[in-house]
Amino acid sequence: MMPILSILIFLPLIFALVIAVLPQHYTTYFKWITLGVTGVELVLCSYLYFSFDKTALSYQFQEQLDWITLPLGALGVGSIDYLLGIDGISLPMVLLAGIVMFVGAISSFEIKDKQRGYFGLYLLLTGSVIGCFVALDMFLFYLFFEFMLLPMYFLIGIWGGPRKEYASIKFFIYTLVGSLFILLVMIGLYLSVIDPVETAVQMGLIMDKSQVTPELITQIQQLLAEGKILPEQLVHTFDLRFMADAANFVGDSWLHKAAEVAMGDFSIRAIAFLLLIAGFAIKLPAIPVHTWLPDAHVEAPTPVSVVLAGILLKIGGYGFLRIAYPIFPEQATHYASLIACIGAVSIVYGAYNALAMKDLKKMIAYSSVSHMGFVMLGVASITSQGVNGAVYQMFSHGILSAMLFLLVGVLYSRTHDRQIDSYQGLASKMPVYTGFVALTFFASLGLPAFSGFIGEFFTLAGAFNTPLLPKWITVLGAFGIVLGAGYFLWTLQRMFFGNFWSKYELSLLPDLNVREKIMLFPLAILAIAFGIFPQLLLDVTNETVSQFLTLFV
Amino acid sequence: MSLITLIPLFPLLGFLINGIGFRKVPNSLVGIIGSAAALASFACALSLFLNFSGTPQLVHVFDWITVGKLNIAMSFQIDQLSLLMLLIITGVGSLIHIYSIGYMHHDEGFGKFFAFLNLFLFFMLLLVMGSNYVVMFIGWEGVGLCSYLLIGFWNKNVNYGAAARKAFIMNRIGDLGFLLGIFLIIAHFGSVEYADVFGKVAEGGYLSGDKTLVAITLLLFVGAMGKSAQIPLYTWLPDAMAGPTPVSALIHAATMVTAGIYMIIRSNIMYSLAPETLEVVAWVGLATAVFAASIGLFQNDIKKVLAYSTVSQLGYMFMGLGVMAYSSSFFHVMTHAFFKALLFLGAGSVIHAMSDEQDIRSMGGLRKKLPITFITFLIATIAISGIPPFAGFFSKDEILAHVYEHNKLMWAFGLLGSIMTSFYMFRLLFLTFFGEFRGTKEQEHHLHESPLTMTAPLMVLAVLSAIAGFFNLPHIFGGHAGLAEFMAPLFAHSHVETAEVSESTEIMLMVISVVAALASAIVAYVIYVSKKAVPAADGAESGLQKVIYNKYYIDELYDAVFVKPISALSTFFHDVIDFLGIDLIVESIGKLVKTLSAEARLLQNGTTGFYLFAMVLSIVALLAWGLQGFFF
Repeated sequence: MMPILSILIFLPLIFALVIAVLPQHYTTYFKWITLGVTGVELVLCSYLYFSFDKTALSYQFQEQLDWITLPLGALGVGSIDYLLGIDGISLPMVLLAGIVMFVGAISSFEIKDKQRGYFGLYLLLTGSVIGCFVALDMFLFYLFFEFMLLPMYFLIGIWGGPRKEYASIKFFIYTLVGSLFILLVMIGLYLSVIDPVETAVQMGLIMDKSQVTPELITQIQQLLAEGKILPEQLVHTFDLRFMADAANFVGDSWLHKAAEVAMGDFSIRAIAFLLLIAGFAIKLPAIPVHTWLPDAHVEAPTPVSVVLAGILLKIGGYGFLRIAYPIFPEQATHYASLIACIGAVSIVYGAYNALAMKDLKKMIAYSSVSHMGFVMLGVASITSQGVNGAVYQMFSHGILSAMLFLLVGVLYSRTHDRQIDSYQGLASKMPVYTGFVALTFFASLGLPAFSGFIGEFFTLAGAFNTPLLPKWITVLGAFGIVLGAGYFLWTLQRMFFGNFWSKYELSLLPDLNVREKIMLFPLAILAIAFGIFPQLLLDVTNETVSQFLTLFV
Repeated sequence: MSLITLIPLFPLLGFLINGIGFRKVPNSLVGIIGSAAALASFACALSLFLNFSGTPQLVHVFDWITVGKLNIAMSFQIDQLSLLMLLIITGVGSLIHIYSIGYMHHDEGFGKFFAFLNLFLFFMLLLVMGSNYVVMFIGWEGVGLCSYLLIGFWNKNVNYGAAARKAFIMNRIGDLGFLLGIFLIIAHFGSVEYADVFGKVAEGGYLSGDKTLVAITLLLFVGAMGKSAQIPLYTWLPDAMAGPTPVSALIHAATMVTAGIYMIIRSNIMYSLAPETLEVVAWVGLATAVFAASIGLFQNDIKKVLAYSTVSQLGYMFMGLGVMAYSSSFFHVMTHAFFKALLFLGAGSVIHAMSDEQDIRSMGGLRKKLPITFITFLIATIAISGIPPFAGFFSKDEILAHVYEHNKLMWAFGLLGSIMTSFYMFRLLFLTFFGEFRGTKEQEHHLHESPLTMTAPLMVLAVLSAIAGFFNLPHIFGGHAGLAEFMAPLFAHSHVETAEVSESTEIMLMVISVVAALASAIVAYVIYVSKKAVPAADGAESGLQKVIYNKYYIDELYDAVFVKPISALSTFFHDVIDFLGIDLIVESIGKLVKTLSAEARLLQNGTTGFYLFAMVLSIVALLAWGLQGFFF
């Protein structure tokens, strides 16, 4: 079998190196190499989608290699695995990454200076983003998570707009603080969780990992609970699959469910959970740790904005579902209202801010805050509708925000001006452009028959119907759909309706060119297809989500 | 493929052809394709109606959504209610499509117009055919989209664009209620299919006034208030007149705005168990009926008068629903679709002839130049005013008779509304078609009767407005209330208390309202024909008249109470909380780190003496720490 997930990660990394070492006179090929690589990635992602077994309960396309194994004496044995796999929650994200990175690569054709650096970093980013979504070992996840920062920092900081230094450093610091939180919890988890299979090998119960049986694992867990395993024989692990099982926690460890370690009124598990939530909320981003996003977007070049909104933000929501929630289910239930509240406030607050914006790109950046709030609300509900809806919303927002930022880029590339007041009545002069903008706006404001509707409908339905949350939170969040209509339609009216007027000459404002149509048209088709046939994605997520929900009973 | 699935498919095809082929399909073909799509749907609907067995039919199109245990199917339900709605939508829709060929002929967006009109039909059909609330909601939002696109069809005019936006956002507020209602239905019944939900209500032994049902019905009614322009969400409909006139006739008079009534009749089993909601529905309906009629009294824009009249008539329908006179309300939906579509198309014909003039103060004496328009308009006016034997008389009187049984005060107000209706409609008729022509010479020279594509639909609708009352002729006139009988199975499980109105009361009520309507028509005649009064120029009104002419300043009120504060709040959120609050904190933390590290850097100054000093100091400190147990 082909190690397809590894190929997905390493193909772009290898070609990033290739671009780095190719002689200068190949510069014109860099964009084509990038396009080719992301194209192959997209094909592979689609292959994953089509060959994914929708009924299977375990991770698929798994790859595992022992990476680092260190005997640490009394601290037991340290083990980090190169462990990859996907399920119904990560597959949509991987597919989305394939789509967004490909479209971003086409959009990157407009980058003219320092191409070697740009395309090298772009491919580096591609590899690490996908790595994030397929890693099942927390250490590996964290590695990719951090790795992503580097290309992102430079992509904004070098190819960005006038305030690029400010924006990139703000992005960097915010995200770094977030990863610090995650790092703390990761170490704590590592010290608390053991790999029962490896432990069995260490104890000499079996010779080889392949001999393991479910009974043996139960037996090891039993011994662990009774504290009968010597510390030297405990094999600590970053394996997320083992972390999600409370029976793998060492009895006297800090993060064991029965641990009585507390700081003030908070148990250590609660603190660990909240740190993870904070870390991922920064990435999402949620109120009040969102202020890096508008700045980063405004300064970032179009393709980087597309990638940032289209796929990077999703890592926040994905982190909730893959790491924070399965490992700390009881905390998730306990803090459901808090998280839902942050989600609902993000929806409304983001929408209000979008309403006040004079810069089109900033308006869209804030609309992202609002739309990602739905994800948080849906996840917090811990219902099948809410969680499926949240994954759907992430996918849909990935497509739609990519379109939105491409559309802003269209104007920006023509006039270098994104102020809403600089344009009026564009509908009569750029009809195709206007058509795409109107379509994307309506899709984004959650009109049925577009993908946005499904995500919003089910996140709200889930949040409304769970006993965990008071009804007013959902009602508050639902106001987002009215405000959403408000800022999108107002913008449409200010820029596109009325008689044509612009600060710029009409000759500067031609309608969409072929390259722009090639990027936008397929995305529009996807937004409609996933709106009309939501089972395209829900079939993938349903089983995994029901599996996920069993952790919470 | 069954006939049923074909019904929405034709307009969808029409939309795709005219939409994708915009500017490529020749104009002569555009109108034919668009109208043919509507007519084909009408033919299918008619054939279904004629072959209808009496038992509802379900057509499963495809499995749409499965999330966890919740299944939502894309499926259609054909029963008495959807059949009647189908006939109205496709029937009136076809006529309006044909009319539009003549009306929109010179417009550069001709193809786009027909594409949107077909798309509207598609969503409207989805709305009434869906067998569950989610499909209804899709149609519901879809018609909202088309309404937006068509109101803002001439969006080079900024005001028109604003009207479109207002319509969409106000509808969204209503949709919020609808959406929450659906969530509550999912939570409570675990399904959104009508058959499941209503089945569970019928067998669930719910008591009248059950809290959940009251909550569900109230939330759904919020949706209805938005779509059907009831107080307080009505102000978008008069503004929606910015759209081309056929749009006003089809969407904002005959079909879309009655979706709210459709929704309540569809859910009648729940409403009948929620008397509190019904009371709210009735009073909101009544308030809207009277309030809007009073605004209609002094408007001078031909379409604005008709718009307020629509709002007011929708109020009557809700009032009827509120007293559980479901079939009477539906009867009014039907007759209203005929005569209001006719009035709008007639107005369109006038506007067409007057070179886009809409102010009735500049009209007058048009009956000689536009004879067909005049006669059909006259028939519609009589019909809406409730003068027998035309359609509006029967339907409105049925509602009022039921209201009378429910609450006499409500009836009195209802009567007041109908007196006003008759007055403003005859005022409109007289100012437009009687007296001397008051427009410019150019306009007078250009006056002409509209082409056949426009007058033919007028004539068909005029016939329907004249005779539709006989579809549901009450028993006292020797009829057998055919419509009510046909619709009876829809209400089989509702606990409708049918308090029969005695014949003598019924006759008395009819006489009162006919006399009242005639009297106010005569008053209008005296004022506007005999005395030749012409409404004052803008700004010259005074007192109460000024307040009413300015629509009670409700738009200004909403602007001050909602729009401005929201806009202020959004600026506050961004400029103060985001910018001064969060960002300032973030940046100060950054600065703090920078300052501290600048200070800390000084410790490493490279002087050996300083390092030694530091080392000694540290050792002392450590020793002190280690020995503290020894000393204390």
